[in-house]
Amino acid sequence: MGLVLAIAGIMGLFLVANAQDGAMAFHGYLFVAFCALGIFWMIKRHYDEAAGLVEVEGEVRYNNAVVRAGVIASLFWGVVGFLAGLTIALQLAFPELNFHLPWTNFGRLRPVHTSAVIFAFGGNVLIATSFHVVQRTCRARLAGEWAPWFIFWGYQLFIVLAASGYVLGVTQSKEYAEPEWYIDLWLTIVWVVYLLVFLGTLMKRREPHIYVANWFYLAFIVTIAMLHIVNNLAIPVSLSGSKSYQLFSGVQDALTQWWYGHNAVGFFLTAGFLGIMYYFVPKQANRPVYSYRLSIVHFWSLIFLYIWAGPHHLHYTALPDWAQTLGMTFSIMLWMPSWGGMINGLMTLSGAWDKLRTDPILRMLAVSVAFYGMSTFEGPVMSIKAVNSLSHYTDWTVGHVHSGALGWVGFVSFGAIYYLVPKLWNRERLYSLALVSLHFWTATIGIVLYITAMWVSGILQGLMWRAYDSLGFLEYSFVETVEAMHPFYVIRALGGLLYLLGAVIMVYNCWRTIRGDLREERRIGAPAAGPATVTAAE
Amino acid sequence: MAFKHDVIEKNSILLLVLTLVVVSIGGLVEIAPLFYLESTIEKVKGMRPYTPLELAGRNIYIREGCYNCHSQMVRPLRDEEERYGHYSLAAESMYDHPFQWGSKRTGPDLARVGGRYSDSWHVAHMADPRSVVPESIMPGYPFLAETPLVMHDVAGHLSTNRTVGVPYNDEMIEMAEQDLAAQANPDSEGADGVLERYPGALVSNFDGNAEELTELDAVIAYLQVLGTLVDFEAYQPEANYR
Amino acid sequence: MHYEQVAHFASTYGLIYFIILFAGVLAYAFWPKNKEKFEEAARRPLEED
Repeated sequence: MGLVLAIAGIMGLFLVANAQDGAMAFHGYLFVAFCALGIFWMIKRHYDEAAGLVEVEGEVRYNNAVVRAGVIASLFWGVVGFLAGLTIALQLAFPELNFHLPWTNFGRLRPVHTSAVIFAFGGNVLIATSFHVVQRTCRARLAGEWAPWFIFWGYQLFIVLAASGYVLGVTQSKEYAEPEWYIDLWLTIVWVVYLLVFLGTLMKRREPHIYVANWFYLAFIVTIAMLHIVNNLAIPVSLSGSKSYQLFSGVQDALTQWWYGHNAVGFFLTAGFLGIMYYFVPKQANRPVYSYRLSIVHFWSLIFLYIWAGPHHLHYTALPDWAQTLGMTFSIMLWMPSWGGMINGLMTLSGAWDKLRTDPILRMLAVSVAFYGMSTFEGPVMSIKAVNSLSHYTDWTVGHVHSGALGWVGFVSFGAIYYLVPKLWNRERLYSLALVSLHFWTATIGIVLYITAMWVSGILQGLMWRAYDSLGFLEYSFVETVEAMHPFYVIRALGGLLYLLGAVIMVYNCWRTIRGDLREERRIGAPAAGPATVTAAE
Repeated sequence: MAFKHDVIEKNSILLLVLTLVVVSIGGLVEIAPLFYLESTIEKVKGMRPYTPLELAGRNIYIREGCYNCHSQMVRPLRDEEERYGHYSLAAESMYDHPFQWGSKRTGPDLARVGGRYSDSWHVAHMADPRSVVPESIMPGYPFLAETPLVMHDVAGHLSTNRTVGVPYNDEMIEMAEQDLAAQANPDSEGADGVLERYPGALVSNFDGNAEELTELDAVIAYLQVLGTLVDFEAYQPEANYR
Repeated sequence: MHYEQVAHFASTYGLIYFIILFAGVLAYAFWPKNKEKFEEAARRPLEED
């Protein structure tokens, strides 16, 4: 392994020496630094005798260290991603904030936001929780010693390469797949190792059945690999330059892109996070999932239907009609497994509804599932061609994405993080449950402001575009519709600010927990007089 | 251990394979026919590959992330056709690697922006959008006018495009370097060659600065060609019913 | 290949394929012999640590 890193490092040096553009040279340096640090770490690890032990006195020795690293990375990238989102939201409300500079304009920063929240925050949450869940539900230590760490650090390198690339103008312009060919190649290597480690751990398991959360994680990993490879097929102009041209063009490229884009939502932001739901909701509620059978039907019908729905992103475009109709049909059918999953998640709490009042972590998880239900109802509605003719190209789409992203993905991740931090650092409980509650309310108000502002602005803009005056002329010029968006863009930015503040509260709470601090506080929902301190929510 | 290891190992592989089979089918059934169905791309007159300068401008358009706010896809809806022009055909983006249809209209659609505004309007608009459209929320790109256009290995860009299916011929690739500069200089000797190789191209001193070939020259050359190539008088939609 | 052919194929063979697949999943999920296995699996996350 050390040899591989050394060769890779030399290749990096070669890249630096021959780079055609500044961005490529900069990325070459980053790659060399990565390889050098990797070799240094391997030497250090070689002399650490306890590192490789799989069992201690008959007990499985879980690899918690890499999960801890993933949790910290998730917290860090979450704040970065939300901050980037707030920045570009403010740019839309106050365009002076683009500063007339290349590396601060909206066009370059928007991919920084989307990649930071989806791939950096979401991706780290998925890697960390999947490593945690697969070990615990298989009662086996994570496969490989260096491989999990290679995945973790290799993935961070991917994020840094991608984000710095956008700011420097390195992009292939395919939404949620902007990184250029060499960054894509690097991610492919990391991802294949991820698949092997996950699969290897499943094979080592001491349980007869593979717990359903792992099914969702496995489907997420393998489908993302397939989507990533097909959507990024491109030919570089030169091996020492960052620019490439896509293999497909026009209508074929568009469908490939939205087949990718929609299933990035379906398998990254849905299947992966459903894996989280199926482990952490039962764990936090301390009762098994409502119906295991339903979860199996949920799994197969979800992955089967999702993959067809991509063309609904291309209604009324130059894509042939049969493909649009197919996409719409499957999008509507998708409603059923989605709600099956939602019911399964929520009903897990049946008989424990009172815990929602006293356990803010469980409340966060339950609300995330409710948001999952809401966005998966809104999605099929928006995929109907008649609705889509109004909603497409407007902020309604942005609002829809964010009700899923902030409400479902964000909250289920926060819930998992709050569960994991005391457990991984062996603390009695979180530093403060009151702060979790504060985070919950701040973020919830933020989401409500965000999505209502986008509903109104989206529908308003869609209606203004198609409005006719009494003489039969278009009533509004385009820029009048832009002007009308201003108040909603300000409200949206305010919502984003609240959501960011909530995340900062979470980081503070986790940091104090890791330090080992416990805040003296009343049990939530207990009478004011009761001096009892809270016990850790199991 | 009480159970057989090989059976279990097969189980996780089985799960993997079944998942892969299930998720592959949707994509295959939807995407693959687009390459084989004859009706996917209409037969039209006038489409040609981008000139080197237009291609350079397109690359800057991609670099700056213009697609984040501007679509290039007019839908066949009454208001869109009145606002932007004839609905977009699949043929119009058949040389676009990658496509630029976009997904959001924070700004207007650009599929037919070519010829709508003068070069000098674009120069002012790029330097400071609010100087010409006070309500605009577009970022300013004053640096484009100040940055000399650098395109390493112009011929390489064209031949890479040829590899992925754009019909650049040998002459176009050979003359690429010269054509890049000549299109922005109407007085140059190579200007006629650009028009000969790329019918319908616009040769103009796009950014108003004759001294230097800048990124702004390339961007305006690209914007001015958008949606202008297909001859709609010769286009018969009935022949392309899908 | 034309639109009608594609549509015909989708509404016949596509439908059959879809129904068989769904029936298979339902059978697997509700097969009486699997019941115990699934109930045990559902308790799995609560047993460790």
